[in-house]
Amino acid sequence: MPGSKKSRIGTPSEKMELEKEKECSRAPIRLLLVDDEKGFVDVMSKRLARHNIQTTQAFSGSEGIRLLKRSDFDVAVLDLKLGDMDGIEILKIFKKMDPHMPVIMLTGHGSQKASVEGMQYGAFDYLTKPHELAGLMEKINDAIRRREKTDDTNEIASR
Amino acid sequence: MNRKPIPLSPYYRSLTRNMVLLVMVISLTPMLLVTGIILDQFSTSHHEKVYAHLGELVLKHKQNIDSFLDEKVQNIRFLADSIDFGRVGQAVMIAEDLSRLQGAYGTVFVDLGVVDENGQQAAYAGPFKLEKADYADADWFKKAIDRPCYISDVFLGLRGSPHFIIAVRKTWQDRKWIIRATIDFLSFNGLVERVRIGETGFAYILNREGQFQTKPIFDFIPTLDIYIRYFSTLERMGKEVEIQERLDGTGVKSLYVSALLKGGDWLLVYKQASSDAFSDLRNAQIIAVIIFVFGGIAIVTMAVWMSGKMVRRIATSDNEKEIMNQQVIETGKLASIGELAAGIAHEINNPVAIMFEEANWLRDLIEDGAYKDEADIQEFERALNQIRTQGLRCKEITLKLLSFARKTDSRIEDLDIGHLIEELMALSAQRAKYSNIELVTRIEHDLPTLSASYSELQQVFLNLINNAMDAMDKTGGTLEISAKQEEGQILIGVTDNGPGIPKANLGRIFDPFFTTKPVGSGTGLGLSICYGIIEKMGGGITVKSALEVGTTFEIRIPVKTGEGQDNQTVAEPDTCN
Repeated sequence: MPGSKKSRIGTPSEKMELEKEKECSRAPIRLLLVDDEKGFVDVMSKRLARHNIQTTQAFSGSEGIRLLKRSDFDVAVLDLKLGDMDGIEILKIFKKMDPHMPVIMLTGHGSQKASVEGMQYGAFDYLTKPHELAGLMEKINDAIRRREKTDDTNEIASR
Repeated sequence: MNRKPIPLSPYYRSLTRNMVLLVMVISLTPMLLVTGIILDQFSTSHHEKVYAHLGELVLKHKQNIDSFLDEKVQNIRFLADSIDFGRVGQAVMIAEDLSRLQGAYGTVFVDLGVVDENGQQAAYAGPFKLEKADYADADWFKKAIDRPCYISDVFLGLRGSPHFIIAVRKTWQDRKWIIRATIDFLSFNGLVERVRIGETGFAYILNREGQFQTKPIFDFIPTLDIYIRYFSTLERMGKEVEIQERLDGTGVKSLYVSALLKGGDWLLVYKQASSDAFSDLRNAQIIAVIIFVFGGIAIVTMAVWMSGKMVRRIATSDNEKEIMNQQVIETGKLASIGELAAGIAHEINNPVAIMFEEANWLRDLIEDGAYKDEADIQEFERALNQIRTQGLRCKEITLKLLSFARKTDSRIEDLDIGHLIEELMALSAQRAKYSNIELVTRIEHDLPTLSASYSELQQVFLNLINNAMDAMDKTGGTLEISAKQEEGQILIGVTDNGPGIPKANLGRIFDPFFTTKPVGSGTGLGLSICYGIIEKMGGGITVKSALEVGTTFEIRIPVKTGEGQDNQTVAEPDTCN
């Protein structure tokens, strides 16, 4: 029923509309997406772009590290299962290169152990593939908010 | 579990037999030895005791009899000194002497006579009418006339009843006289007759001719030469008592104790059946034998019962172990399938995620109202094609998985080993890609078909492939599987160039539960299951490894296999709950 859709505020899509407006009003979030599945990276980049997120694609761990060396990112999304390197190793390197950048891990089913290990090494959160975009957005926003907060405290502390 | 008693196989029967024999030998031998030694010792000491006792007894009686005879001779000699030979013709005087003697010594002296040197009885006193008897031809007279005193053998003589004579020679007025007295046979006999021990022990006296000088209680005819031997033995050895054990005339084993009497004229013999003399020993022996027999029966019964029970227990535990081995193989199968499933789940996750995101993207586009111009339509088509492509990818994976799952029963079938290996390599391709491992298969064409269980062989190679990949997980490398035919066997090599296996672990690598993986990551069953499966097929599995070079597992499977497999060890369904 298309008629009733507008009258009700609070449906998921409308909430997203509101979020979207909020997202559009500020500078785009710079996100590093590391996953060896090109099809996945492509479609994710497109979808994230609609939410004012600018995605940089990396198809392997080493490529991700190279990109991180060249430029800063607000947040990184890292698939734990990559062809060339162990996801946890990449996470460790990321955290060493930029301790303040939140890293959200993507894992397959049945690899909760790896997720827990990742959290111990400083990952911000994890998501199990396949996932709803909303879930990922929520975690990205959380991560950004957390980062801003810590940046502020750091600035106060450094002053 | 209510386990029915299973009939034991020949192996367990021979085990039972060996155990019974061993227990019997071990327990009966010491028992036999101890009993034998004790009985022998006891028998020796008892023999000695009996011999000593009988020897002493016979010696005592010998002395008794000798002194009895001596005493009688002394009596007569004393009497002879008092005889007035001038009045020898008067019967009254000698009758007085006889009554004096009888008064002093009882009725031992039967009669008394005085014989001149011609053998004519000059005087006589006694119950028989022997006055004027002529002894000139009598044996005793001839001997007595030459000696100062003489004791005759027992004889019947003129009176027709057994008796013997004590004669003392006396010289009066240059003429020799002999005073003779007859000893009452019954009272002399009584001396010997009193010697009675047990049921068969008795004594008798023999002269040198082997004639009885006493009346033995048991009637028998003595064997002359044996007694003559006794005489000579006793004289030669200078022994007082001779003890021998031999069969008597009736074939009864008897003890003979002999001693010389009367200065070697007579032989005192004590005879007793050995069984009687050693009746205590016999009793002890019978008791020992009874104890031995009952002990033996108890030991045999225990041995049979215990062995039976133990072997049954061993059989049961063997059976349980067999069942457990079967379960271990099943568990291992599940573990390797679980490992495979994890890989496949991940493999399938990627296309699913793409499809999911593409579909969401399409919805995003529709939400944005972007389905009017050419570019939008093209984006739609691209997304739909992507979904289709990823769907096909999923289908491919599922098909592979299905073909694997289809063959999980352990039925024996004809199979193409090359195909099996290719299939497993394809399944492992995704993991190999992640771990940077190059997969190489070199399989000879026209390999003969194997008769084996597809799922079991799958398990063997899956385990080996997984192990090799685990070894190269961090470093990457090459995994090569080769298969060729050689001397009626198919030879399969699984080679990796991982870090290799340390020598210390190489020997234990096929042991169950041996693992070098962290706790919780490996069951330590994989290779032991491989080993079990290959052994069951009549093949063999060996490992060669060098550190920093790599590891090769080599499997040999006979081409003709799978026949006459021993299935009896597999538990019947009703034997376990």
